[in-house]
Amino acid sequence: MAILIYAASTEGKLKKGAFEAVTYGYRTAQALGTEAIAIVLGSAENPGQLGKFGAAKVIHVNDSNLDNFDSQTHTNVLAQAAEKLGADVIICSHDSAGKSILGRLSAKLNAGSVSGVNSVPSGGGEFSVSKNVFSGKAVAEYTIKSANKVLSVMGNTFPPEEVGSDVTPESLDVTVPANRIRVKEVKTVKGTVPLPEAELVVSAGRGMKEPGNWGIIDELADIIGATTACSRPVADSGWRPHHEHVGQTGVAIRPNLYIAIGISGAIQHLAGVNQSKTIVVINKDPEAPFFKAADYGVVGDLFDVVPKLTAAIRNHKAN
Amino acid sequence: MKLLVCVSKTPDTTTKISFTDNDTNFNTQGVQFIMNPYDEWYALVRALELKEQLGTGTVTIINVGPAANDTVIRKGLAIGADDAVRIDAEPTSGYFTAKQIAEYAKAQGFDMVFLGKETIDYNGAEVGAMVAEMLDMPFISFATSMEVSGNTATIARDIEGGEEILEVDTPFVVSAAKGMAEQRIPNMRGIMTAKRKPLNVVPAVAVEDPVTISKYTLPPAKTDCKYVDSDNMEELVALLHNEAKVL
Ligand SMILES: Cc1cc2nc3c(=O)[nH]c(=O)nc-3n(C[C@H](O)[C@H](O)[C@H](O)COP(=O)(O)OP(=O)(O)OC[C@H]3O[C@@H](n4cnc5c(N)ncnc54)[C@H](O)[C@@H]3O)c2cc1C
Ligand SMILES: Nc1ncnc2c1ncn2[C@@H]1O[C@H](COP(=O)(O)O)[C@@H](O)[C@H]1O
Repeated sequence: MAILIYAASTEGKLKKGAFEAVTYGYRTAQALGTEAIAIVLGSAENPGQLGKFGAAKVIHVNDSNLDNFDSQTHTNVLAQAAEKLGADVIICSHDSAGKSILGRLSAKLNAGSVSGVNSVPSGGGEFSVSKNVFSGKAVAEYTIKSANKVLSVMGNTFPPEEVGSDVTPESLDVTVPANRIRVKEVKTVKGTVPLPEAELVVSAGRGMKEPGNWGIIDELADIIGATTACSRPVADSGWRPHHEHVGQTGVAIRPNLYIAIGISGAIQHLAGVNQSKTIVVINKDPEAPFFKAADYGVVGDLFDVVPKLTAAIRNHKAN
Repeated sequence: MKLLVCVSKTPDTTTKISFTDNDTNFNTQGVQFIMNPYDEWYALVRALELKEQLGTGTVTIINVGPAANDTVIRKGLAIGADDAVRIDAEPTSGYFTAKQIAEYAKAQGFDMVFLGKETIDYNGAEVGAMVAEMLDMPFISFATSMEVSGNTATIARDIEGGEEILEVDTPFVVSAAKGMAEQRIPNMRGIMTAKRKPLNVVPAVAVEDPVTISKYTLPPAKTDCKYVDSDNMEELVALLHNEAKVL
């Protein structure tokens, strides 16, 4: 028995989710009284650092075929590794890589799977974990009965914790099959934290009136180092790029801080952001439904409030 | 091309969620059900567009579910699918559902299998990858656009902070996200012809479910919102710094 953690990388770097998954895997290994082994597929800078986050061992399969992300190839290698290492619980992060891997591993290993978990499995007796369902409106507790188990870990739920020190990566004798997917291009916005990984998010809606007014949003986001987001009508009218659209039909996020500016708080919007740890709502309408989901509320005109908030933060940072 | 679209039935987005039987079952009383938005708006419509572009082919809908799902399936036929299959069983997990779909699809020679990126009730995002593995096909998750030329598709898919552009040859499985297509509203003619389109009911195969839901809970109620005067942003900053500890 051992826990195998798929630590995903992109463009040669371990993803944020990789560190979270290893932290979760370490805590799972502790609960179950076993060892956490991390596995890195393809090129990645310094995979040994995962030891710091609790991996007793780091396996690095550095085959260039694995830099081209094909879930079938990655799954095949992970299944071989699980068998060689005697791992019966496999963990990945619930991100773009994990979402293509989890189901495949489940099918390949006849393993029960739970995606987007937010609790560490209970030790001894039943293997139970919980996750949010109904777009955050409820929590369900799942019990996995099969011998093999696969889990994907919800993002920004288990912040990476340093519990050990670097280890020397080891290789493993596996066969890497040919890819059937040919990755042509990876386009990522440089310089900002991707929305699904962001801890601080400043988001604005139709209350902004027109796209030319976004300067005050960018300024606020800049000063706290936040990523910007928007409501669906804003993206649909082309005021902001589609990747900023959060909610039921857009990206679901759970940052530590979500500042909602000029957004009414429709249920479909809330479905994508209601798991944020702290929600601040700025809206001129005291009846806006968003206030019911808010931790802190400011009733006022955003064109007046937002610059004042930015100034107050600037002052706070200066002191 | 032979195209298969997997559609599921989910509670409407505005549904109030509650449970019965000691919090072990979802209370469906008074709940309005709809076709899962990703399946309807993106997966199904993109498959129909593709058939229209090619001027040939068939679009088949598949659902794993009880007879009560027929209304949702008929809606898919009204939007334009040619025929439908319902695997007659209550879906109990992603694994169970995927096994049923794969079992049906394996001998049919579909060129592409479309799914939504996830269901809005159990938010699994796993059936697509499972079906792909069971059918030994490539899987592309969260596709936002797809162009097909001959047997090759060029697909863009969402990744953290950007997108990945890839190429893949048929047959493959793809899950659709926003951007793949635009929602279509069924017209009167579609609704009328849907009544005559074939809806085949197929018995389920036996599958031992590896997971079960043992209990539901509602998230703790939000404590009341603390209001801060719009002229006192210093106070808000202090609260975010000292109390919420996020700044
Ligand atoms: C199936 C379905 C799926 C959907 N998915 C999503 C989704 O994923 N994401 C999403 O966001 N929406 C989604 N929607 C749309 C959603 O229902 C709302 O229509 C949308 O969220 C409203 O956007 P908004 O809050 O920006 O605009 P509005 O509802 O127009 O709200 C604007 C707000 O700004 C405030 N305001 C105006 N001027 C000022 C000012 N000067 N200062 C301060 N406040 C001001 C107003 O009081 C108001 O509350 C979906 C809808 C459906 C039916
Ligand atoms: N009962 C079902 N019948 C047919 N297709 C389904 C069913 N459940 C899920 N799917 C498909 O699988 C996708 C992903 O579902 P899930 O993995 O449950 O989030 C959905 O968007 C549907 O396309």
